Amino acid sequence: MSNSSAAQKSVVWDWLTTVDHKKIGIMYFLAGLFFFTIAGIEAMLIRIQLMFPEMAFLGEQTYNEVLTMHGTTMLFLAAMPMFFGFMNFVTPLQIGARDVAFPFVNSLGFWLFLFGGLLLHVSYFTGGAPDAGWTAYAPLSTTSEGQGVDYYILGLQVSGAGTLMSGINFLVTIVNMRAPGMSMMRMPLFTWTTFVTSMLILFAFPALTVGLLLLMLDRTFGGAFFDIGLGGNVVIYQHLFWIFGHPEVYILILPAFGIFSEVISTFAKKRLFGYSAMVFATMIIGFLGFMVWAHHMFTVGMGPVANAIFAVATMAIAVPTGIKIFNWLLTLWGGRIKFTTANLFALAFIPSFVLGGVTGVQLAMSAADYQFHDTYFVVAHFHYVIIGGSVFGIFAATFYWWPKMFGYRLGEGLGKIFFWLFLIGFHLTFFIQHFLGLVGMPRRVASYLDGQGFNEMNLISSLGAFMMAVAFIFLVVNVIVSRKNTTNVTDPWDGRTLEWATTTPVQEFNFAQTPLIRDLDALWYEKMNGNGKIKAAEPLDEIHMPNGSILPIIMSSGLVVASFGVIYEMYLLIALGLLINFGCMFVRSIKEDHGYHIPVSEIKKQGGES
Amino acid sequence: MAQPAHTLPAHPEKATLEGKNKYLGFWFFLGGETVLFASLFGTYLALRGSTADAPGPADLFHLELVFIMTMLLLTSSLTSVFAVISMKKGSFKGMIMWMWLTVALGLGFLGFEIYEFYEYNHLGLGYTSSAFASSFYSLVGTHGAHVTFGIGWIITLLIRYRKAGITLTNASKFYTAVLYWHFIDVVWVFIFTVVYLLGVGA
Ligand SMILES: [Cu+2]
Repeated sequence: MSNSSAAQKSVVWDWLTTVDHKKIGIMYFLAGLFFFTIAGIEAMLIRIQLMFPEMAFLGEQTYNEVLTMHGTTMLFLAAMPMFFGFMNFVTPLQIGARDVAFPFVNSLGFWLFLFGGLLLHVSYFTGGAPDAGWTAYAPLSTTSEGQGVDYYILGLQVSGAGTLMSGINFLVTIVNMRAPGMSMMRMPLFTWTTFVTSMLILFAFPALTVGLLLLMLDRTFGGAFFDIGLGGNVVIYQHLFWIFGHPEVYILILPAFGIFSEVISTFAKKRLFGYSAMVFATMIIGFLGFMVWAHHMFTVGMGPVANAIFAVATMAIAVPTGIKIFNWLLTLWGGRIKFTTANLFALAFIPSFVLGGVTGVQLAMSAADYQFHDTYFVVAHFHYVIIGGSVFGIFAATFYWWPKMFGYRLGEGLGKIFFWLFLIGFHLTFFIQHFLGLVGMPRRVASYLDGQGFNEMNLISSLGAFMMAVAFIFLVVNVIVSRKNTTNVTDPWDGRTLEWATTTPVQEFNFAQTPLIRDLDALWYEKMNGNGKIKAAEPLDEIHMPNGSILPIIMSSGLVVASFGVIYEMYLLIALGLLINFGCMFVRSIKEDHGYHIPVSEIKKQGGES
Repeated sequence: MAQPAHTLPAHPEKATLEGKNKYLGFWFFLGGETVLFASLFGTYLALRGSTADAPGPADLFHLELVFIMTMLLLTSSLTSVFAVISMKKGSFKGMIMWMWLTVALGLGFLGFEIYEFYEYNHLGLGYTSSAFASSFYSLVGTHGAHVTFGIGWIITLLIRYRKAGITLTNASKFYTAVLYWHFIDVVWVFIFTVVYLLGVGA
């Protein structure tokens, strides 16, 4: 089969059936951005409601729903998918691969995530969104009225399955598909963090799967896991959720660490300081991430011994994280620093994240935690790590990789306005929430009374949130008006790693000839010691490519149909949905699809000769 | 399309990059499955004493039945090993024969499991009877669902490739199916120990 059949199909069909990691990466990023916007609007609704005491802007029930959806959407449907977008687009390029290990599974993972996210949002139109918080603790979640929590369970189950597949896909890609000479210890830091993050996904998400499964069994099928009267135990859910939930925090931060490592070394024009220490610190953080889940449960009554063990383990994570912070500082030290928007986000990340880390250690002291627990101090802490870490990382990566992904550079002027507004707005919103928490304002409550000393601080916090919203508008404007900046997009930052050695837009086969890697910072090495071009590891030959497939969308729809069956307890619908899903798996299994080959003449025509 | 056996490499399942990817990816997948079952085991251990007024482990479990089931599943793992040995020797007929035997033993196991659940339900242990009941049925039932899926998978492969001979494409497919089968078997060993032996002992 030749590639001519693929070329004739329409653009929409092409994107719906694509198995190209770059297109899937772009779709991940855009879908994540869409959900990020929704969750951002929800955040604004929350801050408007809390702007003044006893506001009646949102009712209590609506507040609970919006709060739940804000947290759930931001973590599962915005931050993770946007990182997945970069991982998908960049990681194969950074290791010199033609594609990921399982292109079909990659596409399936994306569609499962998207359909799961959309399923969750259908709840808004069918009588109420989930209202039990993003953690959905039992028995609050098991006794919640209506179908909201069912949508939460099934939506996350479907999108979680997609996440797990993507994780396995990245792991195999990085282990098996590296170009000749790209040893593990020559991989760029972003690839390393993708690897460790995928490891965390692999071992953390099944715990969430079981946690959600138990909720579903209790709510829909009459299980008694969390029914105290029948001997159930609600603390089991908390354990399962946090065995997933704490690693999830590192799933959200490690890719950002990788991005900052790339951005800082590129714009300081220096090799990353302490590369191997960075790699090992990443692995240690990943490992310790599984040992600390119960620090979310200090007040549940585990006793002083368990509390002490988890407290010490938690504080230990500050050590590898500190190593990383010092390595970034020492990378900057003596560098010729360029203050691009991407780098500004990286530079602002360092102090912002350290603040979040410090409050993290404070919260880790289990005795003191009894005071902080469930107050705005916790809210301030996790927004400092998630915005100051993950979101800054996403924005840094957006400005850094945008030219490669979309073929034009985002404007630096508008970018800097965006950066400063966002930075100031962020600190204005959340710094003061530490003190709100310390004076006793509880989190997750729809309003507060006048005269408790909360008024001014809440108003300031809300004003900061408005600033962030305005900043985001500047980003959107930037994306629209910068489209003319199509010059200098191949290697705009004088890059160090392999993705900058590709053409822009990147050819569907990434590299006409598999590259030969001669050092860490492969491209920079060639710029310094070679002719600035990556050497080829093989002669020009025809390239094998996988065929696209519509099956991932059909499979994902099947699971959505089955989910509706569970939500509304319609057993025929469950059977139908599963039939569609397993039917697709069956078809996929019995149909041998060997892909097609791009002939040498075609590669040459596309300018693939180096 | 069938390749003559003597041209096959020593490890046909890992001879191509696709096969290698599938092999490694499947190991990672089993790592995730391990966490899944570990979570269910943890839940079961926490709830196995919570029998409310319904029958408990000691009232229900009979080691004779579970022993037969264990033997069936362990033997099926052995026959799947013979299938892989046949594959590496290039004997397609042998591989197919051993895989069918594996399926038959798996079906036998499944039949006993259905009988077992039916019997417990008859003795008054419904899914909603107690926290112990929910956690028992969920853990053992999830395992049973895996067995069912494994049987369906292997039968699909057997029918699809009934005349194909061993190829570099289907070798890795059979190999991963066998890996999956072994994994199910290992999980059962833990269920046998943690659920039945501990249950009868207590
Ligand atoms: Cu934590």
